[in-house]
Amino acid sequence: MASVTIREVRKAFGPVEIIHGVNIDIEDGEFVILVGPSGCGKSTLLRMLAGLENITSGEISIGNRVVNQVPPKERDIAMVFQNYALYPHMSVADNMAFSMKLRGAPQSEITERVDKAARILGLTQLLDRYPRQLSGGQRQRVAMGRAIVRDPQVFLFDEPLSNLDAKLRVQMRTEIKELHQRLKTTTVYVTHDQIEAMTMADKIVVMHDGIVEQIGAPLDLYDNPDNLFVAGFIGSPAMNFIKGRIEGGEFVADGGFRLPVGKAPAGAEGRPVIYGLRPEHIRIEAGGVPTEVVVVEPTGSETQVVLRVGGQEIVAVFKERLTARPGETLAISPSLAVAHLFDADTGRRLVA
Amino acid sequence: MSDAAITPSGHDRAGPSFWEGLKTNRNFLGFWFMLPAAAFLVLFLVYPLGLGVWLSFTDSKIGNPGDFIGLENYEWIIGDAKFQLAVFNTLFYTFVASVVKFAVGLYLAILLNNHLPFKAMIRAVVLIPFIVPTVLSAIAFWWIFDPQFSVISWALRKWGWISGNIDFLGDPWNARISVIFANVWRGVPFIAITLLAGLQTVSPSLYEAATLDGASKWQMFRYVTYPILTPIIAVVMTFSVLFTFTDFQLIKVLTNGGPAGTTELMATMSYNTAILGGRIGEGAAISTAMIPFLLGAIMISWFGLQKRKWQQGSDND
Ligand SMILES: Nc1ncnc2c1ncn2[C@@H]1O[C@H](COP(=O)(O)OP(=O)(O)O)[C@@H](O)[C@H]1O
Ligand SMILES: [Mg+2]
Repeated sequence: MASVTIREVRKAFGPVEIIHGVNIDIEDGEFVILVGPSGCGKSTLLRMLAGLENITSGEISIGNRVVNQVPPKERDIAMVFQNYALYPHMSVADNMAFSMKLRGAPQSEITERVDKAARILGLTQLLDRYPRQLSGGQRQRVAMGRAIVRDPQVFLFDEPLSNLDAKLRVQMRTEIKELHQRLKTTTVYVTHDQIEAMTMADKIVVMHDGIVEQIGAPLDLYDNPDNLFVAGFIGSPAMNFIKGRIEGGEFVADGGFRLPVGKAPAGAEGRPVIYGLRPEHIRIEAGGVPTEVVVVEPTGSETQVVLRVGGQEIVAVFKERLTARPGETLAISPSLAVAHLFDADTGRRLVA
Repeated sequence: MSDAAITPSGHDRAGPSFWEGLKTNRNFLGFWFMLPAAAFLVLFLVYPLGLGVWLSFTDSKIGNPGDFIGLENYEWIIGDAKFQLAVFNTLFYTFVASVVKFAVGLYLAILLNNHLPFKAMIRAVVLIPFIVPTVLSAIAFWWIFDPQFSVISWALRKWGWISGNIDFLGDPWNARISVIFANVWRGVPFIAITLLAGLQTVSPSLYEAATLDGASKWQMFRYVTYPILTPIIAVVMTFSVLFTFTDFQLIKVLTNGGPAGTTELMATMSYNTAILGGRIGEGAAISTAMIPFLLGAIMISWFGLQKRKWQQGSDND
């Protein structure tokens, strides 16, 4: 186990810089998830950590050792690839044993470690099979087994679940988290799926276009997003953004309606702002803002409703079952004491 | 099937039902569709092959259809020192040329699979020996190996490495090595390009995984690339061995079997005996004698080509 430090790291492919100075501190034993839309540079950053890409500038350390010039095999990391990258001509056992065989480890130690990893992952029955004879979930587990056998300082995962079906993904999510709680190995996990990030991470790093937008615990990011990007990225369905101004300590939407903001941010009076309202923070209230129901989507456990107000559509999620029909009027109001307000120009959060 | 069901059954019940049945019978239709191709195969493959085998059992000469004489031709050629030498030459030629072609082809393929500047152009250049007609390249080699005007002798003399010209095609072992060299030059592109195609099917993430697992370049080749490539190697080497074993044009132009039969292959000997010597039955026996060797090569590769256990199952994730 080891801590990982990423300092002012940049990456350019030819003349194009795609990672613009990233700083991340990962503590020993932490489960950190890099999340961001596709193409934002998550994989590239992970591959620099693994040593598969060189670092254009900046510094990466694993356990107090700067690894910029250290070849991958000496970095003491193990990686699980998105497509698993299992050797097709090797049995499950051989796939897991390959790194130890190359190292010249004694056969008894190899067998012991492979068996242990197989037990942890429930692969004992499959050790003689070949990758092609396995299901997606089983391949995924073999890929993890290959990483576990190495007993590395850091586990790296690059979108390990994106090739699985939805149900299996949820199950593997739990398994990976359990595995981490059991092994307590520092883990860096890349995904584009914010739900994966929210459910699994100790700490989330939100990336966007090669920069870090915000780092924090999952609920921290949910409760206090630093900017519009994080606010819109974390949470599903996504936060509603309503354009308007602060007037007299109240939010006045461009569409004309008013929303309470709690304590208005200092110096915000009269400035153009964006009001962020999470769908689940909307409640039905007789004296609230009147809206028109556009679509009602019941999911059983909750009801998702698209509402139109002031020429804009917003999404609301209600715990209760709703009888409202399209075209009817529904009066709503925000259920949070303090609103998310963002500067309309910079996208930064305005703090009260 | 459905059109058979909706056929109006108003008139002539017995006739159409039989005909309709045939029209929708997959085996019958399949037979009809295969007939043209089968006819071509019979006409251009089976018939000549059968005729060749039949002639090998006769004492046919040019202008004389000949009579059946059983195994007499075979008894005669087996005892013939020239034939024995041709068999040795053919095996030696095939073995050495195939091994060298495989080694060079694999090396080139791996080289071309790397990121090189002007990659597309280099790949095209590699293919040139394959595109040039055999006879044309044979004539070029004929000049390269010429006792007086050889460019190789000339260059070596210029550098002061040798004093007199090398007699490439006049000395038995020089001649054998020279024709093998020419054959390798011609055969390498096919192997290199096919193996390159195979190499490109290997997912780059496997190499990355192997890098992280701590494999050196050599170990990566030995434990990842090579095993994954074996099915393609089996195919390409089968073809290469078959082509080399039956090689005719290069030898015919370069040495015509000389000096003193030391580069005579079974194919050229068969031609020289049957067409030039006019002893058709004997020549046919020589070429028929190639069949067991070729079948042997095919058998070996057939076992090599059988699906390995790891190739079975699905590839999709
Ligand atoms: N080898 C490469 N050469 C050039 N550009 C690359 C290379 N690898 C990735 N990129 C570019 O870098 C950006 C980030 O890629 P990547 O790290 O794979 O994104 P993510 O994993 O977040 O989806 C993309 O715009 C991609 O096109
Ligand atoms: Mg990626």
